[in-house]
Amino acid sequence: MSNLAEFKAAIGQDMTHTNPTPEISASSPHLARWMPPAPLFMLQPILRRIVKRVARENPDMFGRLGPHYKANFVIDPMNLPFVLLLRPDPDNLFLRAYRRRDLPDHDAKISGKFLDLLMLVDGDVDGDALFFARELTITGNTEAVVCLRNALDDVDGSIASDVANMFGPVGRTTLSALRRAKQRQTSN
Amino acid sequence: MNRPELVCPAGTPSAMRTAVDAGADAVYCGFQNATNARNFPGLNFTIPELEKSVAHAHAGDTKVLLAVNTFPPAGKVNLWKEAVDEGARIGVDAFIVADIGVADYIHKNHPEIRLHLSVQAAASTPEAIKFYCREFNVKRVVLPRILTVPEIKNMADEIPCEIETFIFGNHGLMVEGRCSLTNYITGLSTNMDGVCSPAADVQYIKDDAGNMTTKLGEFTIDCFSCDENAGYPTICKGRYLTPAHDGAYYAFEEPISLNLSTLLPDLMAAGVTALKIEGRQRSRAYVKSVVSAYRKAVDSIMAGGEPEISGLLALTEGQKETQGAFKSKTWR
Repeated sequence: MSNLAEFKAAIGQDMTHTNPTPEISASSPHLARWMPPAPLFMLQPILRRIVKRVARENPDMFGRLGPHYKANFVIDPMNLPFVLLLRPDPDNLFLRAYRRRDLPDHDAKISGKFLDLLMLVDGDVDGDALFFARELTITGNTEAVVCLRNALDDVDGSIASDVANMFGPVGRTTLSALRRAKQRQTSN
Repeated sequence: MNRPELVCPAGTPSAMRTAVDAGADAVYCGFQNATNARNFPGLNFTIPELEKSVAHAHAGDTKVLLAVNTFPPAGKVNLWKEAVDEGARIGVDAFIVADIGVADYIHKNHPEIRLHLSVQAAASTPEAIKFYCREFNVKRVVLPRILTVPEIKNMADEIPCEIETFIFGNHGLMVEGRCSLTNYITGLSTNMDGVCSPAADVQYIKDDAGNMTTKLGEFTIDCFSCDENAGYPTICKGRYLTPAHDGAYYAFEEPISLNLSTLLPDLMAAGVTALKIEGRQRSRAYVKSVVSAYRKAVDSIMAGGEPEISGLLALTEGQKETQGAFKSKTWR
């Protein structure tokens, strides 16, 4: 599979239905409506690569998870057609996509728009501010979510850029398009 | 007018680096235990992290103030002494304290390190502050957020130490260091365990219509309709039903943040030495935005200009801001 196809799959886009450098509308509340069904079987190995890469690059982050490193977090990008299940156990890392109707058992769920979640992971947006604005919803084990948030926030640099770099120029171009979309959304 | 020190929050090493890069004159932080008033899960510094962070801050000519500002319960004071000794060994520039036993320990064992009186001590009269200065050689007091600017000016004329005031973040009108609301609900003490509304006891429940109920332990704090901005899940910012009031209302405080950007010139003219940004529990994105904005504003005032700050409303609690008691005792 090409780098482009892998990265499109990672963000829930089928390469056959999008331009090479997509202009993504962040203001669309339901990207999932016009997106084709995500090829989840293609996503899983990519997600495994991503989570292993992030863990390898940022080993210190696990210390902030405390007793919650075995917790199961559902990350719900509400405008994409799938959710992610994350278990940040450094000895048994797990990141897998599920269709929303097949929601797996979990300890906590974090829901928000995809671009907001992306910026949150990258330390570009304040999670409390998103929460105040009702753009971020937390359910389940709040303490586990606070630990995960603090662990990610202590990572210097950009996790999204690291992931994009895994897919070469195409990954970087797509990430730039996503960030531009978010900037347009913020300035509107 | 003297150039005030911009004192900025850091909950993680990354946040501290962000604050330093954004122009903080000083950064305050705490260890990962009950010795500080933001003892939240996954937050704060290990000893090795603080060692590295202090070195980085000092390389950027930024001071590091260590918050040891909770009250040791009987029989557990050694944890506070160890925090102080480690801070001294690492080379922090000041300790922020509330408990007189901890203040006395620092005064006697580390007299070369500055002592700042935490807002948690709730010292709001010249008499109280003079006592701390006389007995423990306190160099700076962090004033409670209940005084007007003219009252702060009068205070500055009467006390023999520097004044630090909050300028952004938590409104914080409770008598700090004495609030027992969290303790009443959860059994954990804000003042001794360092945690207000422990996350393990917080629950957010969203219904199908998008309304969100916030609970601490078994108690419902608030219910936000789907189009309503939210606040922190603290008892003091809850909305309650009582026979004395029609409908649910904020009995203690509202979810709102302090923002004193337009009062900066008045505060500086009143003799305030240090301007404090609240929010060690917030992200590095918050630190970057708020510290950068206030750095620019303070520099502008010192150059004879006006403080121009915008774009911080999105970071405020409930997306609302106030000048609180600094402007008027009848802010609400």
